[in-house]
Amino acid sequence: MEFDLSEDQRLFGESLSGFLQDRQPLEALRRMAEPGSGFDAGLWDGLTELGLHGLLVPEQFGGAGLGVLDAAAAAEALGGTAAVVPFAASTVMATLALLRLGSPAQQAAYLPGIAAGEIRIGVGFAGRTGQTGPAEARLDGTRLSGRISGALDAGAPTHLLVCLPDGRAVLTGAAEAGVSVSSHRTIDRTRPVADLVFDGAAAEILGSSNRGPAALASVLDAGRVVLAADTVGAAQTMLDRAVAYAKERAQFGRVIGSFQGVKHACADMATMLEPCRAMVWYAAHAQDSIPAEARLWACQVKAHVGDVGREVARISTEVHGGMGFTDLLGLHYWFKRIAFNRQALGGPERCRHDAAVEQGWIVA
Amino acid sequence: MDLRLSEKHSALQADLQAFITRYAAEAPKAGGGRKRPDARTLDWQKRLVEHGYAARTVPRAYGGFGAELDVVELAVIADAFVQAGVHPGLSNQGISMLVPTLLEVGTEAQRQEWIGPTIRGDVIWCQGYSEPGAGSDLAAAQTRAELKDGHFIVNGQKIWTSSAHYADMMFLLCRTEPDRPKHQGLSYLILSMKTPGIEVRPLRTMTGRAEFNETFFTDVKVPAENIVMGRGQGWHVANITLKHERLMLGDSNRLTQRLHKLTEMLQRLEVGGEKLIAIPSLRDRLLQLQGEVFAWRAHGLRLLTDQSRGVDSGLRRLITKYGATMLCFRLSSLAVDALGTAGLPYEVESETVEGDEATTWHVDHFYDIGLIIGGGSSNIQKNIIGERGLDLPREPKMIGVAAGRN
Repeated sequence: MEFDLSEDQRLFGESLSGFLQDRQPLEALRRMAEPGSGFDAGLWDGLTELGLHGLLVPEQFGGAGLGVLDAAAAAEALGGTAAVVPFAASTVMATLALLRLGSPAQQAAYLPGIAAGEIRIGVGFAGRTGQTGPAEARLDGTRLSGRISGALDAGAPTHLLVCLPDGRAVLTGAAEAGVSVSSHRTIDRTRPVADLVFDGAAAEILGSSNRGPAALASVLDAGRVVLAADTVGAAQTMLDRAVAYAKERAQFGRVIGSFQGVKHACADMATMLEPCRAMVWYAAHAQDSIPAEARLWACQVKAHVGDVGREVARISTEVHGGMGFTDLLGLHYWFKRIAFNRQALGGPERCRHDAAVEQGWIVA
Repeated sequence: MDLRLSEKHSALQADLQAFITRYAAEAPKAGGGRKRPDARTLDWQKRLVEHGYAARTVPRAYGGFGAELDVVELAVIADAFVQAGVHPGLSNQGISMLVPTLLEVGTEAQRQEWIGPTIRGDVIWCQGYSEPGAGSDLAAAQTRAELKDGHFIVNGQKIWTSSAHYADMMFLLCRTEPDRPKHQGLSYLILSMKTPGIEVRPLRTMTGRAEFNETFFTDVKVPAENIVMGRGQGWHVANITLKHERLMLGDSNRLTQRLHKLTEMLQRLEVGGEKLIAIPSLRDRLLQLQGEVFAWRAHGLRLLTDQSRGVDSGLRRLITKYGATMLCFRLSSLAVDALGTAGLPYEVESETVEGDEATTWHVDHFYDIGLIIGGGSSNIQKNIIGERGLDLPREPKMIGVAAGRN
């Protein structure tokens, strides 16, 4: 019995954090975030060298062949630095969709490109995530038509993956005829959402409707776990910054961290947040190794960490006082990162609904 | 990350299954609570110690099973009894707090005399810590003990002494060095509750029961050798004891058990022909609580790994008492809300009579408040988390406030 990240997982997270802190100090973050595409070519290439994009790609296709727990450890580092890089959808969900639904030929066609950083896949859902806005897609043979809002990691995609209600997924080139991608800057300038419009676009079908639904649900589950991990990283940064600020800011002749009002606020953040890290690990480990618990934990971790993240984001900003509200400190990048993660792939209410269905408490 | 049990631990799990299958019928009812163990419970405890399912790591020389400390084994054992709903053996202040303290800092004679009878349940202990003027500020304790002719003479008053009305013995924090700074003037004594000069008055609480007492000392003679560690070392010893208490109060098994009980009730009870779990507002609250319990369960696994590696968990350990007791209260809150008016009738005759389902939930709900306060209140816990866990500065000392001997 050993409940912890492995040495390799910990070191990978640390080297990722170190690289991002070095390459993306606040001024660089502002510059990279401003366009709102969630993509910076220089940062992307550096992360390719670190092996981030091929984390889940099997070794035979040039990746590291690791699991969702490794992806969660990486996501915590990305959230901690509010990294301007496509990951949850492009690197984790698209890779898993290919592995779990794709044919060997499809895997061979796309996975090496993902690991090499040449392929970036935006992901949209027609249903399943409880998203607001249009979400319809239909297949006519291999031609895809429809309109999907809220697609993730589609600020600078080479391809698009659309998850259909029947359990199949469809892959198209982003520049194909009949495909239009309108990416929007969001509250979280580090990641966009996109509207995808398809008008008879040539598409490749992954999976079949009999095996698909469970496999596709597992792809969504992994995405939820990874977004929760990102929130834990971002919230930890907000807590750390609040504590550091409380130790240096003085009022009434004392550093404010010596006032119980501030100290207890910090203690509350730590008490809420610390168990979330273990929860993310367990949920991610369940994705890799405990199928019977995987779905329930994915729903619950997304919901609970989403709630805790919002509280930590609020309290940390409050501890910073008026400065926390300004743009000067840049604290709001993490606040908004957490807010984005909360809504994407289903907010807490939707995830708890899915958890209730999973336990047979209600009918879907 | 590897949650599989090793061969050794799987074998232990199988042994436990066999043990429970064979002997469960002899076990007393699980729960049972705050009363002197009856003969059936004492027999059960004896059997558990013989098999190493209680007092597992207490050395054989002191009447224990004498196994090396392996926290995963302890978790496997606790889990087997929880899963089976079978009485896991005695858990009281003597076993959970005094025994580990004596093992850590007691004299050989003290260990020989007290550990065996305590783990068997023959000797029941109570804790003499808090005073009317020394609650959160425990080190301000003023109960005096003066050494005269080979005895400490104790005078003063303790409060919140649970089980004092049936306990045989007390571990007592008292002031033996009144001229020294407050933390250095305390000593830790052990004494018989039958000593002349001790008066125990029950203290009724909001549960309607008297779980606690006030204990008064008038010229109570305690043999000088009944001191644990030396004079002026009492604060150090008391903190060893409190560390064990807080870990006990932050145990995530309690949360998991309570979540199961609550879930089962919402699935069973109906209002207007509809199961409670079908009511969206109740169901969503249950789901929120389930998420939180999951988080603490995973956190418990992390603490277990820290312990098995001998790592000090630091902040991770410091948050457990505050976090888990608050969550416990919210679990019982949903239960009493779900029971509605049908849950309001409440008759608590005595501590020993079991109530019906609604009464039990209400007793838990009230008692949870006590747990939030006891063992270092939530506000004190938040100071500890902030100061020791996050390294935030302490509150500056006020000058001119009567605070005993600072």
